Amino acid sequence: MLRIEGLTAEIEGKQILKGIDLEVPKGEIHAIMGPNGSGKSTLSYVLSGREGYDITGGSVTWNGQDLLAMEPEERAAAGLFLAFQYPVELPGVGNANFLRTALNAQRRARGEKEVDAMAFLKLAREKLKQLQMSDEMLKRNVNVGFSGGEKKRNEVLQMALMNPSMAILDETDSGLDIDALRIVSEGVNALRGPDFSALVITHYQRLLNYIVPDRVHVLMGGRIVRSGGKELAEELEAQGYGQASAA
Amino acid sequence: MPAVAETIETVQSVQEGGYKWGFETEIEMEFAPKGLNEDIVRFISKKKNEPQWLLDWRLKAFALWQKMEEPDWAGVSYPKIDYQDAYYYAAPVKKAGPKSLDEVDPELLKTYAKLGIPLKEQAILAGVEGAGESPADSGRMPVAVDAVFDSVSVATTFRGELAKHGIIFCSISEAVQEHPELVREYLGSVVPQGDNYFACLNSAVFTDGSFVYIPKGVRCPMELSTYFRINAKSTGQFERTLIIADAGSHVSYLEGCTAPQRDENQLHAAVVELVAMDDATIKYSTVQNWYPGDAEGKGGIYNFVTKRGACRGARSKISWTQVETGSAVTWKYPSCILLGDDSVGEFYSVAVTNNFQQADTGTKMFHIGRNTKSTIVSKGISAGRSQNTYRGLVKISPKAQGARNFTQCDSLLIGDQCGAHTVPYIENRCVTAKVEHEATTSRIAEDQLFYCRARGLNEEEAVGLIVNGFCREVLKELPMEFAVEAQKLLAISLEGSVG
Ligand SMILES: Nc1ncnc2c1ncn2[C@@H]1O[C@H](COP(=O)(O)OP(=O)(O)OP(=O)(O)O)[C@@H](O)[C@H]1O
Ligand SMILES: [Mg+2]
Repeated sequence: MLRIEGLTAEIEGKQILKGIDLEVPKGEIHAIMGPNGSGKSTLSYVLSGREGYDITGGSVTWNGQDLLAMEPEERAAAGLFLAFQYPVELPGVGNANFLRTALNAQRRARGEKEVDAMAFLKLAREKLKQLQMSDEMLKRNVNVGFSGGEKKRNEVLQMALMNPSMAILDETDSGLDIDALRIVSEGVNALRGPDFSALVITHYQRLLNYIVPDRVHVLMGGRIVRSGGKELAEELEAQGYGQASAA
Repeated sequence: MPAVAETIETVQSVQEGGYKWGFETEIEMEFAPKGLNEDIVRFISKKKNEPQWLLDWRLKAFALWQKMEEPDWAGVSYPKIDYQDAYYYAAPVKKAGPKSLDEVDPELLKTYAKLGIPLKEQAILAGVEGAGESPADSGRMPVAVDAVFDSVSVATTFRGELAKHGIIFCSISEAVQEHPELVREYLGSVVPQGDNYFACLNSAVFTDGSFVYIPKGVRCPMELSTYFRINAKSTGQFERTLIIADAGSHVSYLEGCTAPQRDENQLHAAVVELVAMDDATIKYSTVQNWYPGDAEGKGGIYNFVTKRGACRGARSKISWTQVETGSAVTWKYPSCILLGDDSVGEFYSVAVTNNFQQADTGTKMFHIGRNTKSTIVSKGISAGRSQNTYRGLVKISPKAQGARNFTQCDSLLIGDQCGAHTVPYIENRCVTAKVEHEATTSRIAEDQLFYCRARGLNEEEAVGLIVNGFCREVLKELPMEFAVEAQKLLAISLEGSVG
């Protein structure tokens, strides 16, 4: 269970999150929608521990742990995964090497046995197949020269490999073609279960036809202004955010 | 040092992030008196039972050196060296050949073990009679090692095996005794005595080093490796390496080095000369991790090295690859003289500086023959308060029709108190030649670090990964086992550079 209470945060003296209250119970998938610049990515960065944000108030607990007290890598090892809105390029770093290093770093932190190169390759191929991606992806440098859609798929591949218990997907659907959207959604749905929760940030109701959310929240001006069931997304699509905030 | 699995494990076992090779070995040593004068030069020569011509050669160098000024053009600064306050000869006391490892000075064995040299090779290095001359029983590709301990080569492995191919691999002192004609012909033929201050000093007092001769048409069946270690206190190490690849031959040579952790600075002034005849190839790889001094800048090695290769023959090729992570001050420009038509020179370099380290390194490519080609790829990484300079010269003579050079210099900065400088000199006197130069400077971006950390890597692992990516083009030039070691070294030398 992820519990966010009264969370306020600023960057470079500018307050972005102005008191977020949000609960994501274990096993549920919640969607966050909201206009550009409303603080959705900021929330996802604060949750995953990016530096540069001043957390001025509130708390975040995850399965009873104080999430904000943990280093980003500790959060990752504990099962938190962020699919970036803008995945980062790592020149010269092979994707396979990166994924295996990351996976093993997490396993080490949890006191589990590391996977060797052969076992990793087998696992990676299996996930690639699931996501209908080519093995070529592993040979390339992390996100370097990837198309927008390929970058997003690479994020989903990483998620599949890390097998997190809490995923934050920041506009993973943006830039995906129709087939990819379906495949990626299937990837997320495959993780669905009593021990998996997710926060899905999106601008489009269409994604929520594939990944059906338990709850939908509207983030505007740094606050959750409305919450509802999956029908809220349809309403937003039809009426825009002006109406949503008024209601 | 031979970079094998064992070595890698040893490197991995570093926990406190200090300099892991900073141990001192208590071995009985034999010293020449402190200081430098003609008598010391004579003493060294006599100790090594050298012929008159070599003594004369040394004395000539010493006379030249006394008239020379220490250079100050490099982007490095260090307190004035007192050349009279050092020992110029220190050698482990030689005992009669041990019969088994049990009889070997346990301190020496401990040293080898700490360096990750496998037991089998330890035995050979320690000169155990009859120890392994057959590479067959070790599962991996053997590496022949020449170990230079302070001033003296202590042992060379796999000599018998190499001799079957007519390859000579021994210490230069032995070569002086057994192959004087080769030494006399080539010594100083690439780096003459008066070439520069440090090379000149080396010519006067060099004590040992490695010698390699690959006969015509022979492809050396294994990697050759020299392992240098400065151990004794206040000694300078002046090794001299000479590699000759005769027509159509091929050799890959590795060089590794360590020194104990000490408060005072120690001088290392080596000279390496390479000669490649028609169609010969020499690949020379260095992983340099001399003690860099502590985090406050105390101690460390002054590494003032002259390395130069002559591509004398047509279509010959000399390739330098270096990973420089150690030393307090590095002053080093491995160079190629491209005399033969269609000859090729390459320089691939990674230089890492952290804390108070200073590195001024690069290469010189002299294009003299027609259609000569050179490639320079330099990756400089600076962290802490260190200074890192690439200094390169590409010189194309009027006769070098169709010559080509490509230079790429990339600098990566970690933190905001370090410096990176690029000083490329280009002198092109041939209209048909083509010279290309590219340079970039970047910082490890916060978003790259965060991306890695969000995937579970800690900050140091993240820096290691990003830096290794940055160096990829150079690391891929290293022999495989060396490359793995170099990657670990990069990560270790940057420990504590972030956060
Ligand atoms: N480093 C920064 N310095 C100053 N302002 C910033 C910084 N990062 C983000 N902001 C501001 O914070 C606000 C929220 O940005 P955020 O990226 O969280 O929005 P978002 O809801 O994800 O928008 P989008 O839908 O466009 O992705 C924006 O006004 C943005 O300009
Ligand atoms: Mg966003």
